[in-house]
Amino acid sequence: MKLTMKVNGREVTGEVEGRTLLVDFLRSDLRLTGTHVGCDTSQCGACTVHVNGELVKSCTMFAAEADGAEIATIEGAAAEDGTLSAIQQAFQDHHGLQCGYCTPGMVMTAASLLKENPKPTEHEVRQYLEGNICRCTGYHNIVKAIMAASGQEMPAMAAE
Amino acid sequence: MPKDSGIGASSKRREDIRFLTGTGKYTDDINIHGQLYVHFLRADVAHAKLNGVDTAEAAAMPGVVRIFTGADFEAVGSIPCGWQITDRHGQPMQEPRHPVLAHGKIRHVGEPVAAVVAETRAQARDAAEAIVLDYDELPAVVDMKAAVAEGATKVHDELTSNLCYDWGFVEENKAATDAAFEAAAHVTTLELVNNRLVANPMEPRVAVGEYDRADDMHTLHTTSQNPHVIRLLMGAFVLGIPEHKLRVVAPDVGGGFGTKIFHYQEEAFCTFAAKALNRPVKWTSTRSEAFMSDAHGRDHVSKIQLALDADNNFTAIRTETYANMGAYLSTFAPSVPTWLHGTLMAGNYKTPLVYVNVKAVFTNTVPVDAYRGAGRPEATYQLERVIDMAARELGVDPVALRRQNYITQFPYATPVAVEYDTGDYNATMDKLTEIADFAGFDARRKESEARGKLRGLGVNSYIEACGIAPSNLVGQLGARAGLYDAATVRVNATGSISVMVGAHSHGQGHETSFPQVISEMIGIPEDQIDIVHGDTSKIPFGMGTYGSRSLAVCGSAMVRAAEKVINKAKKIAAHLLEASEGDIELKDGTFSVAGTDKSVAWGDVTLAAYVPHNYPLTDIEPGLEETAFYDPANFTYPAGAYACEVELDPETGHVKIERFSAADDFGNVINPMIVSGQVHGGIAQGIGQALLENCAYDADGQLISASYMDYAMPRADDLPFYSVDHSCQTPCTHNPLGVKGCGEAGAIGSPPSVVNAVIDAIQSGGMNVAHIDMPLTPSRVWAAMHAARTDAA
Ligand code: FES
Ligand code: FES
Repeated sequence: MKLTMKVNGREVTGEVEGRTLLVDFLRSDLRLTGTHVGCDTSQCGACTVHVNGELVKSCTMFAAEADGAEIATIEGAAAEDGTLSAIQQAFQDHHGLQCGYCTPGMVMTAASLLKENPKPTEHEVRQYLEGNICRCTGYHNIVKAIMAASGQEMPAMAAE
Repeated sequence: MPKDSGIGASSKRREDIRFLTGTGKYTDDINIHGQLYVHFLRADVAHAKLNGVDTAEAAAMPGVVRIFTGADFEAVGSIPCGWQITDRHGQPMQEPRHPVLAHGKIRHVGEPVAAVVAETRAQARDAAEAIVLDYDELPAVVDMKAAVAEGATKVHDELTSNLCYDWGFVEENKAATDAAFEAAAHVTTLELVNNRLVANPMEPRVAVGEYDRADDMHTLHTTSQNPHVIRLLMGAFVLGIPEHKLRVVAPDVGGGFGTKIFHYQEEAFCTFAAKALNRPVKWTSTRSEAFMSDAHGRDHVSKIQLALDADNNFTAIRTETYANMGAYLSTFAPSVPTWLHGTLMAGNYKTPLVYVNVKAVFTNTVPVDAYRGAGRPEATYQLERVIDMAARELGVDPVALRRQNYITQFPYATPVAVEYDTGDYNATMDKLTEIADFAGFDARRKESEARGKLRGLGVNSYIEACGIAPSNLVGQLGARAGLYDAATVRVNATGSISVMVGAHSHGQGHETSFPQVISEMIGIPEDQIDIVHGDTSKIPFGMGTYGSRSLAVCGSAMVRAAEKVINKAKKIAAHLLEASEGDIELKDGTFSVAGTDKSVAWGDVTLAAYVPHNYPLTDIEPGLEETAFYDPANFTYPAGAYACEVELDPETGHVKIERFSAADDFGNVINPMIVSGQVHGGIAQGIGQALLENCAYDADGQLISASYMDYAMPRADDLPFYSVDHSCQTPCTHNPLGVKGCGEAGAIGSPPSVVNAVIDAIQSGGMNVAHIDMPLTPSRVWAAMHAARTDAA
């Protein structure tokens, strides 16, 4: 079937099978390979994108269901001139990534969190990341980066 | 004032930009024109005689190009094992053939039995469902002790038993160790399980094979920690492709933790099929496949005994371990429970006698190999648990007991064949005492108790061996490869530098930290230096990244190559300055003549090397590029002290980590920010092992934890902020940077302190629980407390 959607502000069209997942459409058809696949049970969050402003694991949605939707992926997070968003910059400043595989999902999730809750507590950040697995960082610097991006003082324990 | 560049600076990672903007290039992001997709049909039984594979119906399905079975690989080599162990009786280990696709027999759930190559991934998957396997199920061999009992079903019919080897270390110490136990004032005995884990890098494995018929050139893109090792193993042993006809590329790799060291069947398959079909062939693992095909980790069942004299000095340690190899020998599997485990069994302590016995066992399970720490976590866990238990039995402070027995003189030759070059275990324990705020623990415990909770503090030391490894030594120990590394420093005409390194970065940040070293040596900005890695066609050679070896071994090669470059550049500068070479000094990117104001900039010297108009051509060649290979003189020995503080709900058995502190001695540190990040990640994996993760098989050999629904990965809300410190630094004495390695410490040092803390909490509640096996899930903790309460009643 044919579909049309707006991805990172650009209109795209495609032809997919009914069973094609949104993540596969993004990665294979649109070659937006920043969105990753880390599992097959909707548990890891590596595939997280925004669909009509909502946080969605793109492995849980058929591409066809996103027909007509507005999609935001990691490729659209920085400014046109390449300037990182505040969240992206905080991840670099606070070493919130190592291998980078979970990172796009983490950044997209953090963006939703800060939109909903501009000054989250440490506990709220950790709760919100429940659906995103990172195997590298032990989350310490991810939590720290998100709190820094929200412009808050760092808890003493997060200092290192 | 912290430095802002060079050695010791927390330079921000340059690789982050591509990862943060979605422009990293991982193997699954590679798509080659005309590529086909392979789907592996994997065994769903653990053990069976395979009579036939009927592919007729599947072969006729849409898009199917070809279906391969075990018969297609009869003429192809076995997936090789890179390490041969010699047993207690001087005999080589039993080493079965490991086919690319199962042939004649199925030996574990997940073993690839057939491979469907089709135009699309979905077509390949659909066709695989139409393949009919004809097999007779056999009893599954799962439990290790049962596997080596008389009359057990054999995993490999051609072997004499399921025992891969029975290893004693040091065999000559056995009698003396036994005698020391006879004479001991106190003996503490502990039986424990080191739970089977799955490494779970977030990027599943991927392989893309490519073949260029005109040049007879093979290329494999793969998720590997060590592309040269894959080229060696697959080229020489499996497919018979000479090095110059095989290029292996490991681009951005989404974490490894050991499980991407090894050569896997899928890599050989894609390389083989690309030639057979003359089209690129791509395989992308699903997470479910990863659980049943990535080499697993740990899985030891051990008994450890500690002998003490009347003054609480350790006099002997004796262990007996069953180590699961799984169904086949993965690349480094035999070395993990032996040379990476037995050699660390002295720990941080001056115990004069140590004897380690390891029985490695074949079972109908996924092969087990190195996972972050590899052997060293298993050694540390046994030792640091039994010491804690001994302290409780003797009624002494566990920290004091450790301090009393610490090694304090270096170098120190252990009774298990290694020599620690340097260390200061009291210093890290002192630092830990401070950062973990031991002094405030009693108050925190009271506060918890006031809320009806129990609070426990667990402490341990650890030591590990990194910087793997001196080639002549590991050769004697059975390694079938050298373990040096290599680097080329290529200086361009305008003075910028590309460094080709054999180490592979898959999260460790080499692209940032390695230039810091060169920047420090030459005095040019870090951004003038780039690191090239992960492609056998671009880098001189390399044994890759594992065992926290990148900086200690490959970084040393890089330093040696840079020294050669600097020496040559000094000759050029001497010529330009009309001075003698011995008077030339290099500082902040400028060569000067000592005691004069004559100088020439780095860039002018490098330009002269490439535009040699005014140049000593009769004495030296033009150009400025040098390669060095570095073979380490010894392992490095990072060590430290860790503390975990837990709060336990006595009603539910739920354990919450309240504080976690790590004081490490990594020797010199290049980038403190990156080092802290490595420790954080290791601690999270260690806490995961201690509290959450368990790879479980049922009695029929079915893998019952094969997805994130069943295998509990640590998540952000399971973990606290960690307090980590690496200011205690005793530099390594035998490598040029004085570095030791930091990648595995967190995973090695953390499980015992978590378990020690939980036992402490339970005992503080008056319940006599001596030990609980990991993972300390609420149900296990509750059951142990309930049993203790029932016993007491
Ligand atoms: S790939 Fe979507 S949640 Fe894991
Ligand atoms: S940075 Fe590697 S999984 Fe998060």
